[in-house]
Amino acid sequence: MTAWALWAVAVVVVAALPAVLSLFQIVQLTVFMIYSLLALSLDLIWGFGGILSFGQAAFFGVGGYFYGIVGINSGSTTLALTAGVAGAAGLAALLGYFTFYGRVGAMYFAVITLTVTLILHQVMGTTADPRYAVGQARLGGYNGMTNIPSLALEAPGRAPLTLDPVQLFYVVGGLLLLVLALTRALVRSSFGRVLGAIREDELRTELLGYDPRWRKLVTFAISGGIAGLAGGLFAGWGNFMNPQVFSMFQSALVVIWVMVGGRGTLYGAVVGTLVVQSLTNYLGTASVTYTTVALGAVLVVIVLLFPRGLVPAIGGAVRRVSGRRPPAPEFAR
Amino acid sequence: MNDVVLQTRGLVKEFGGLRAVNSLDFTLRRGELRCVIGPNGAGKSTLFKLLTGQLKPTAGTIHFKGLDVTRLLPHEIARAGIGIKFQVPRVYDSLSVAENLWLSARSSHGTAGAGAIVDRVLAEVGLVERRASPVGHLSHGDRQWVEIGMVLTADPDLVLLDEPTAGMTHAEARRTADLVREINRRATLIVVEHDMDFVRNIAGYVTVLHRGAVLAEGTMDEIRANDVVRDIYLGKRPRARS
Ligand SMILES: Nc1ncnc2c1ncn2[C@@H]1O[C@H](COP(=O)(O)OP(=O)(O)OP(=O)(O)O)[C@@H](O)[C@H]1O
Ligand SMILES: [Mg+2]
Repeated sequence: MTAWALWAVAVVVVAALPAVLSLFQIVQLTVFMIYSLLALSLDLIWGFGGILSFGQAAFFGVGGYFYGIVGINSGSTTLALTAGVAGAAGLAALLGYFTFYGRVGAMYFAVITLTVTLILHQVMGTTADPRYAVGQARLGGYNGMTNIPSLALEAPGRAPLTLDPVQLFYVVGGLLLLVLALTRALVRSSFGRVLGAIREDELRTELLGYDPRWRKLVTFAISGGIAGLAGGLFAGWGNFMNPQVFSMFQSALVVIWVMVGGRGTLYGAVVGTLVVQSLTNYLGTASVTYTTVALGAVLVVIVLLFPRGLVPAIGGAVRRVSGRRPPAPEFAR
Repeated sequence: MNDVVLQTRGLVKEFGGLRAVNSLDFTLRRGELRCVIGPNGAGKSTLFKLLTGQLKPTAGTIHFKGLDVTRLLPHEIARAGIGIKFQVPRVYDSLSVAENLWLSARSSHGTAGAGAIVDRVLAEVGLVERRASPVGHLSHGDRQWVEIGMVLTADPDLVLLDEPTAGMTHAEARRTADLVREINRRATLIVVEHDMDFVRNIAGYVTVLHRGAVLAEGTMDEIRANDVVRDIYLGKRPRARS
């Protein structure tokens, strides 16, 4: 019951925001929601699969570059977004195939995903020369890829309608709620319950007859696809991609969003992203001299005060006040 | 040969220089209830790990239902029909009792039939009232029951029980003996136990393992009459060797 009420509130809030916020704030919030999708992709593989990936930034970047390349060449942003999702999911599936079927340990997996991200950073940085182009799309090295088309609504037999900022806000908000609902359904499905069992005790689960390898692979590919969707939306939002998306900082930031919000909660990924990014913006504009230091200090305090993250802390407080039982143990984590 | 369900030939497992299982030839007929006994470190748990694919043998082969399963992965062996209860209960502590059983039921019977099987097994192991409790909150004995329940749920052809009565009271151990005989009506069993009363109670055929090899086989009475076994295992004072 409460879950439905919360969803209704979320839809109403998203729908009403453009009426109360400035255009600048709407544009900002749009990119925060795009980042929320990226955080959500990590929470799926880390919070529910139990596998820490530093590669989400890589899938985000691949999604963005694919969107740019296909968008510039075909003129269709629907096709471009699809390519972004497919490219990122494909890269994740490839990585997952070698690591999960090769039985690489959790620690090595984290390192491998980070390494892949940093390699992409390097490689994309060396593409400044005009001969590095895919069709009409110049990769642009550290200067980045420019002239990426804005997201447009496309229907057969009609001219594409480029979205204005408020429309883009609605599309991104709608996609965020949709992906949130779908991942929630996934982790509660019978597939998701087995995934939870693998996370808790992989050997036990194998001895019950479940193959953990393809389940991790599928989860990781979906996670990569969601990050790719975020990357594509990001490219369409800013009309620009550059190799900074593959940086160490970006990779770590995704982990921080999920940690602050609360791992394994889905909602936490969104809350964590909104809180951390709003804070970053605030500190940036409040002429605090050492923005990064101040931000770091605040994050350390949050993590120390709420080691399980903001959403579990809020949930616990609400239950204490209302005297309700904790959630069904089937989904306890 | 058709009624041989499990056969190992020349099975060896080495850890560094130590041979935990040493050229073991072991044969089990369909429907048997076999007790495996032996002193600590005899290789009983290691044998179970080899049979379920948790460890790969250094040498030798394992055939199950006529199929060479020596190199299969744990989940493939489980699908072939071998279920195990670990020496130290291995259950999902953060999940409910019902969810633990459901995971086993879904693997063996699919999503559709899982719910009904879970209800039936909960009654069989006497945990109906605790179905929603996280397994981590249960007593050691109850956690044993949860794991036995997971084996029952999967309904495998061959059941491996590693010290099922450890941590149980006398009454619980008697109930386990009844349950073991009940499982035996549907499945072949290997039971590792240190509790001699329990072994006598379930009245199976007994294999004595010592240093990774078979020392003796026979009924409990034959084993008790065996001087060598008495010396190394049944706690009698070692006699001077001739
Ligand atoms: N992973 C391992 N690495 C190294 N040595 C091992 C390993 N597992 C078991 N051993 C050794 O192999 C021998 C057999 O161990 P195993 O656990 O099979 O004995 P057991 O018969 O089950 O004993 P217990 O009655 O104490 O449970 C022991 O000497 C043990 O120390
Ligand atoms: Mg043992």
